[in-house]
Amino acid sequence: MSAYNYLYVSGLLFTIGAVGVVVRRNAIVVFMCVELMLNAANLTLVTFSRINGTLDGQIVAFFTMVVAACEVVVGLAIIVTIYRSRRSASIDDASLLKR
Amino acid sequence: MTTSTSLMYLIALPLAGAAILLLAGRRSDKWGHLLATALSASSFGVGLYQLSQMLSRPTEERAVTQKLFSWINVGTFNIDAGLLLDQLSICFVLLITGVGTLIHIYSISYMSHDQNRRRFFAYLNLFIAAMLLLVLGDSYLNLYVGWEGVGLASYLLIGFWNQKPAYATASKKAFVMNRVGDMGLSFAIMIAFATLGSVSFSGVEEASHTASQAALTAIGIMLLVAAAGKSAQFPLQAWLGDAMAGPTPVSALIHAATMVTAGVYLIVRSNFIFDAAPTAQLLVVIVGAITLTFGALVGTAKDDIKKALAASTMSQIGYMILAAGLGPAGYAFAIMHLLTHGFFKAGMFLGAGSVMHGMNDQVDMRRYGALRKFMPITFATFGLGYLAIIGVPPFAGFYSKDAIIETAFNAGGIKGILLGSTALLGAAITAFYMTRVMILTFTSHERWEKDQHPHESPWLMWLPMAILAIGSVSTGYLFTRGHALVNWLSPVFGEHEEHEELFVQPIVVSALALTAVVIGVGIALAKYQFSEVDAEAPQNVSIFTRIARKDLLQDSFNESVFMRPGQALTRLLVSTDDKVIDGTVRLVGTTAIGTGSALRKTQTGFARSYAALILIGAVALIAGIWVVTQ
Repeated sequence: MSAYNYLYVSGLLFTIGAVGVVVRRNAIVVFMCVELMLNAANLTLVTFSRINGTLDGQIVAFFTMVVAACEVVVGLAIIVTIYRSRRSASIDDASLLKR
Repeated sequence: MTTSTSLMYLIALPLAGAAILLLAGRRSDKWGHLLATALSASSFGVGLYQLSQMLSRPTEERAVTQKLFSWINVGTFNIDAGLLLDQLSICFVLLITGVGTLIHIYSISYMSHDQNRRRFFAYLNLFIAAMLLLVLGDSYLNLYVGWEGVGLASYLLIGFWNQKPAYATASKKAFVMNRVGDMGLSFAIMIAFATLGSVSFSGVEEASHTASQAALTAIGIMLLVAAAGKSAQFPLQAWLGDAMAGPTPVSALIHAATMVTAGVYLIVRSNFIFDAAPTAQLLVVIVGAITLTFGALVGTAKDDIKKALAASTMSQIGYMILAAGLGPAGYAFAIMHLLTHGFFKAGMFLGAGSVMHGMNDQVDMRRYGALRKFMPITFATFGLGYLAIIGVPPFAGFYSKDAIIETAFNAGGIKGILLGSTALLGAAITAFYMTRVMILTFTSHERWEKDQHPHESPWLMWLPMAILAIGSVSTGYLFTRGHALVNWLSPVFGEHEEHEELFVQPIVVSALALTAVVIGVGIALAKYQFSEVDAEAPQNVSIFTRIARKDLLQDSFNESVFMRPGQALTRLLVSTDDKVIDGTVRLVGTTAIGTGSALRKTQTGFARSYAALILIGAVALIAGIWVVTQ
């Protein structure tokens, strides 16, 4: 099987994630879509690592996972806090920055 | 050149008086006027001492200098604050301090009911100090300091009773018109520095031998503008009549005897410039001739005694400027007329003050009449001044004015005849209007209101008048005996060749002048002494009288030619500033604000739309790169 198929999957995953971020209102779902995009990127990195026969891409993928894990912790904490204070997880409600 | 260390006391004494009186404030109310008078008198004493010192030295060593301090010291540009007392300045020093002291004495009594008398005396002392600095400065820059100082003192004293808005306006008018002249002086100094490289009298004189004609003419004309402003000469004459708003001693000291003659001093002091610039000299003569006629004509129509005397002052200074413009032949006569005028005009102004004192400050001559019975001393002193100004021999004005008329006739050619005739005509008109003043005030019949009780002034007031009257009688003879003043001043102006051929003999000039005086006096007698005079000024008079009453339309002219266009210009500038300059600045601001508020609409605060924008941007970027690399 050609390694390029992984790239197609990765593109598909990224598109789903991007559309999810733009379209969905629920902060949790948007968050998951962000993760989806990160994973799509990871998949691409790993795929190119395979194609080129080097380990660079895999190392960067590990970095991405570490950063994503941290980001999840912080992001979820923010979302939970917002939910507690506003009784809503809709990101459209949290549009206070424009004022 | 002789040096001295005591010149500065001439200025320092009255300046200290002004400082003490102004700083001590009301505490010095009791003794302020005495201190000021004493300091002015001691300055006169220093002047007499300097004169005696000067007389004890040979002619070429008579001029004295004193360096006060190094004033400006930048690279090669060095100016010392220095004083110069020569044969010319000593005349002024004695006139200023002498007449000044007499007027101080007079003011003690004249201003005794004024609660601000101390302030008045402080300003008088300030004036004396500034005027002395003006005539003692050894460079144009030092003269300029004094020039501004007397302008300030004049402004303060004209507006001394500034609770009356009209008087405050008069002082502002004098200040503003003087400013035009001052601008001329500062231009003259700048041109002198730029072209001649020096601003001291000696430096400029030295450089003037090699300087270009154009530069000298420019300096000369600017000096003439300065002189016209300070001396109320055409076309800057309009302020003097209004300056009579000040207390009468001020009119006598500043606006008759001393300050207004500063222009004559400036021109005579700058003789080396005018001798080398015939065009400027011709303009000086023309200005003098115009003003002497102008002032005389205005004088014929004034009913306010002080304004009539002010018009007369303007006219007499016209004579001096005329003489100063006639070159080396006329300088000494300009100074001689200046000195005799200082005596008789100051005396007459003090006389006018005495009359006002006895008549409840009434100034309208049509409300006087027959006062000689009630004020014999004022009548006598005023009368002597009157005889002096119209030029009756052997009074002072006869000698000085005749000398000017004669020099004018002998100026040569058509110019001489024109100038001489103008001066003669002026003499006739002077005789007319001064006789009118005399008749309306002292003779004719009583026209005053019932509740007025004319009385003679106290001795403190008539004593200065009497001394000035003695001066009006004797100075002309003293100055001309053996050409005393001409010989005295000749080292200042340099030697000049005697006129080889006189166009008109002196005796003919005297005869002509006396005829003119007789005609003038005769007309005035016929018109006022031997016919009824109304207590109100008649209204159905010829157009000429009406114009003369309005000072030959000087104010209307200034208003329509300078003031209104000036106002229009300032309004235009203000609106230009507001609309164009500020408008541009505001446009930049509004544009930024508008752009900002338009862009602000894109900032919705929705995280999703930002995300969408980032996505679109990223896609567009990648698409762009793809297109480019393909």
